[in-house]
Amino acid sequence: MSAETIEKALEKKPAEAMLSKRRRKLVADPLVDENPITVQVLGICSALAVTTQMQPTLVMAISVTFVVALSNFVISLMRNTIPSRVRIIVQLAVVATLVTLVSELLKAFAYDMYKELSVFIGLIITNCIVMGRLEAFAMGNKPYDSMLDGLGSALGYSWIILTVAFFRELWGSGSVFGIQVFDFLSGLIGPDFHLATNGLMVTPVGAFIILGLIVWVQRTKTGYVEH
Amino acid sequence: MRQSNTYVIVYSAVLTVILGLLLSGSAQILGPRQQEAIALDKKKQILGAVISAEEIAAMTPDQVNEFYSKRIASSVVDINGQEITEGGVTAEKVEIAKDYKKPADKRAYPVFIYHADGNPDDVESYIFPLYGAGLWDAIWGYIALDTDMNTIGGITLAHAGETPGLGARITEGEVQARYVGKKIFDESGELVAVQMMKGEGKDYSSDEHKVDGMSGATITGNGVNNMLKAYLGHYEAYIKAKSSSTAVAGL
Repeated sequence: MSAETIEKALEKKPAEAMLSKRRRKLVADPLVDENPITVQVLGICSALAVTTQMQPTLVMAISVTFVVALSNFVISLMRNTIPSRVRIIVQLAVVATLVTLVSELLKAFAYDMYKELSVFIGLIITNCIVMGRLEAFAMGNKPYDSMLDGLGSALGYSWIILTVAFFRELWGSGSVFGIQVFDFLSGLIGPDFHLATNGLMVTPVGAFIILGLIVWVQRTKTGYVEH
Repeated sequence: MRQSNTYVIVYSAVLTVILGLLLSGSAQILGPRQQEAIALDKKKQILGAVISAEEIAAMTPDQVNEFYSKRIASSVVDINGQEITEGGVTAEKVEIAKDYKKPADKRAYPVFIYHADGNPDDVESYIFPLYGAGLWDAIWGYIALDTDMNTIGGITLAHAGETPGLGARITEGEVQARYVGKKIFDESGELVAVQMMKGEGKDYSSDEHKVDGMSGATITGNGVNNMLKAYLGHYEAYIKAKSSSTAVAGL
C-alpha cells in the first residue's frame, strides 16, 4: 500500500491542485526513471510485434493509453467494493471489456487500421503494464491519481514503442509513416546511389536489438543499475 | 461482509451483467457502421484487381461506392458455370470464407464483371474471388482476367496472419504486379494457372506461367499457388463457357 493513501483526517487540507508536483511526478516518472518497458521490462511482447511501421504503432500507443488510463480510473473507483478473493478476475473483466470496446470502435471507424493490427489489439488484455499498474497503484489510490499514473505508464510505453518503430521502419523499409525517405535521400546523393534497407529490422530480431540499444542508452544516462 | 461468499457471488453476477450490457450495447450501436466498413473494404479489394491501389486510396468511401455501382456487375454461379438465381443470393453477400468449408461442388461462386461506364455489355475484365491457406492462417484475394479469359489483368491478395515482411508481402503492389500479363491456360488448353517460384530476383518475363517468388516466404507462395489452381479450377466451367462465347462473337 502506498504511503499516499494515508489520509490526514484531523487536518483540513486545501484540495490538492489538479497538476500538483506529486501528480506531475506520477505522470513524469514512468517516462524515464520508471519506464515500464526499459526499466520494469513489462509489455515487451507488443513492443516487438507491432513496431514494424509507425502508423500501426501510433494506433497501438493510443489504444493502450486509453485502456490503461481508463481501467486504472474505473478500478480505482471500484477498489473499495471489490472482494479480494476475486480481485484479479474483476480487474481482468474490466480490462477485457475496455479492450473489446476499443477493438469494436476501431472496426467501425478505422477499418484499415483494424485489419492491420488484428490480433494485437486483443492482446492488450495480456499486456503486463495494464494489470501491473492496476495491482500496484489503482487498487490503493484515488481515481484521479490512478488515472494519472496509468497515463504516465502508458506514455512511457508509447514513446519507447514509437522510437523502436521509427528506427525499424526507417532502416527496415526506408520510410517514416509511409513516406519514403531512403528513396529521397538516394535521389539527393546521386542517380546511381541506392540506400539499401536492412531486412533484419523488419523481423522481431531487429526490434530486440533496437530495444536493447535504447535500454543501454537510457541506463547510461540515468545511471540506473539493477540490484 | 465484504468477503462473505454471498457478497462475492452477487458482486460477480452484477458485474457480469453490467459489462455484458455494455458490450452488447456497443455491438448494437456500432454494428451497422462496422458492416458498412467491411462491405466497403470488400469493394476496394475487388476494384484493386482492376485499378491501381493509388487510385483507390485517393477515393472517398462515397466515390468508391459510386464507382463500384457504375462499373461492376455481379452474378453468382455454381461449379458448372450455371448462374444461381434462386434463394436471393447476391455476389456481394456471399461469404467466401464460410463457403470454403463446404465441398467445392456445393459452394456459391461470385463473379464480378468490370464493364465500361454505363454499358454492362462492354466488358473489360472478369474478377473472381480466391480463398486458401497461407502459412499461419487464411489468405484470399481477387483475380481479374481479360476478356480473352486467359490473360491475368490484375490480382489483389490479402492475408489473416502471415509474417510481416515475409508472407505478408503478398499485399505489396510490387508482388501483385508480377502476375499481370501471365496466362492461365497453356497451348494445349489445359488450366495450369500461374506458379510463384521459390526464391526471389529471377526474371520470369519469358515464361507465361511463372512469377518471381518472395524470399523467405516459400510456404505462403505455395499457398497462393494452390489457391489459384483450386479456384481457377472451380471457375473453369464458367471461364470456358465465356471464352467460347466471346470467340464466337469475335468471328
